[in-house]
Amino acid sequence: MELQMGVSKSYGPFRLDADFSVKGDRVGIFGESGSGKSTLIGMLAGLVEPDDGTICLDGETLYSRSAGVAIPTERRRIAMVFQQPSLFPHLSVRNNLLYGYRRCAPQHRRVEFEPLVQVLKLEGLLDRGVNNLSGGEQQRVAIGRAVLASPRLLVMDEPLSALDDALKFQIIPYLTGVCGRFGIPFLFISHSLLEMRLMTDTVLMFDKGRLVEQGNADELARRRMGLGQVGYINLLRLGRPAVSNGLHTFVWGDRQLFISAAPKSEAGLYELSSRDIILFKQHPEAISARNLLKGRVVTTFESGGKTGVELECGGDRLIAEVVHEAAVELDIRPGGELYAAIKASAFRPLG
Amino acid sequence: MSIFSPTDLDAIGLSARVALVATLVSLPFGFAMAYVMTFRRFRGKVLLEVAVNLPLTLPPVVIGYLLLLLLGKNGWLGHLLAQAGIRLIFTWQAAVVASAVVGFPLLVRSIRIGMESIDQRLIHASRTLGARWYDTLFTVIVPLSLQGILAGSSLMFARSLGEFGATIIVAGNIPGVTQTIPLAIFDYASSPGGERMALALCMTAIVLSLLVLFLHEHFGRKLARRD
Repeated sequence: MELQMGVSKSYGPFRLDADFSVKGDRVGIFGESGSGKSTLIGMLAGLVEPDDGTICLDGETLYSRSAGVAIPTERRRIAMVFQQPSLFPHLSVRNNLLYGYRRCAPQHRRVEFEPLVQVLKLEGLLDRGVNNLSGGEQQRVAIGRAVLASPRLLVMDEPLSALDDALKFQIIPYLTGVCGRFGIPFLFISHSLLEMRLMTDTVLMFDKGRLVEQGNADELARRRMGLGQVGYINLLRLGRPAVSNGLHTFVWGDRQLFISAAPKSEAGLYELSSRDIILFKQHPEAISARNLLKGRVVTTFESGGKTGVELECGGDRLIAEVVHEAAVELDIRPGGELYAAIKASAFRPLG
Repeated sequence: MSIFSPTDLDAIGLSARVALVATLVSLPFGFAMAYVMTFRRFRGKVLLEVAVNLPLTLPPVVIGYLLLLLLGKNGWLGHLLAQAGIRLIFTWQAAVVASAVVGFPLLVRSIRIGMESIDQRLIHASRTLGARWYDTLFTVIVPLSLQGILAGSSLMFARSLGEFGATIIVAGNIPGVTQTIPLAIFDYASSPGGERMALALCMTAIVLSLLVLFLHEHFGRKLARRD
């Protein structure tokens, strides 16, 4: 997918000025609420008319004020998944799913009903009404409905924000799975950097109606490490644990990790803040933290007055955060060896 | 043995017919008007809104008189109709026109309330899934406005059953031709010894109204259950 947008739109004092070009099949638009993300995708989908500018998708002009081009929404083939499932309440699950499919010209159909239903595990729900489905089921139907329209671009506007954490991380594999399986490029809009890192390769960051950064989600997360309250979030996929003495033991590379909280699903996805890692120059004699990992410094970086330290521990990477003074005192430099101590309770299960 | 004379029965039948035809004829226009008011933005919307709602606030007699001016022999529309060989004044169709004009704002209001409660995102979803505006209209907006359409139709039907002021001016009060239940009651009530018959027709009007309300409740519940 290749998207070029150079558009502007004003609402009273708020002005959105977007000018960017992006290539890729997993693109994110990141920004706080009020940064103009929803207006931007409204213009892309043809639901909001720009004041001026041009929009090109895969070489086709969707909108151009100067050339007088404005392809109507229904012919853009840009399907959307919203924060709320927004299912048609008068239709069954099956008819919701088939709404876009039936309106897609046969030569554009790339997704068929049966395989999609299997991927999203909707087999048992097809003949039910949509109003008594659970929140997660409803969002899966909404994803299926959009994908079955065989869009050339799927736009997801905060599709996970209305879901609680546990559900969120259950839905993510469906989202990435279904788009990967059927080869549908997507634009993922969110104010959560964590979701960006799980869902996208390239991120456009918007603030106050302007593009302020473009890059990959992990780079963005590193640059923002020292700015917020949470630091850099290390994401660990740990699988299934063994349990002994109330601690969950995971294999991580060639090491073991001891974690207090049980995983929420088979994927065993955990987060660990860069601020919860303590670094030692030498092996400490005795320590209460359950995890002591020897690692080699790969690189260091600066963010918001803090030093980020990327450590390689047995094939995997962790990012720790220290204040400048500590970095100088410990003489942290690439290639050096350090010990990272992490409490078993510092790992938070996500999904 | 019926207590009603043939002209009374005519009045009952005519009332039902006038109300039904007025409702059915107004429905597509009422729906279109509600759609325009809810989903379209244009200049002069406020003026149109005021015009549509005006019959709600005007005395029905005023409406009747204006219709008489419009549809009468020398009226702008009446003149045109006369050329086509159509005479509307003092026919049961004139009663339909009177009822339709008086009930129209109620119909539009109810349908509009139904339409305004439709989540805008459903319409957006439908469009992004490849539906043209008329496709969205018939597959999303109409089904989701059914409750409003039903409520509006019942209200309009009931209002038409009771229409008096405008009807008596444009359709007159001709027994067997344009005399509806309210007009017949008016006749009985103003003639000596007519109290019993006036009451009997009142009861009939009450029964008809109850019937409409029960039907409205019944179908309304069915629709609500479906959601």
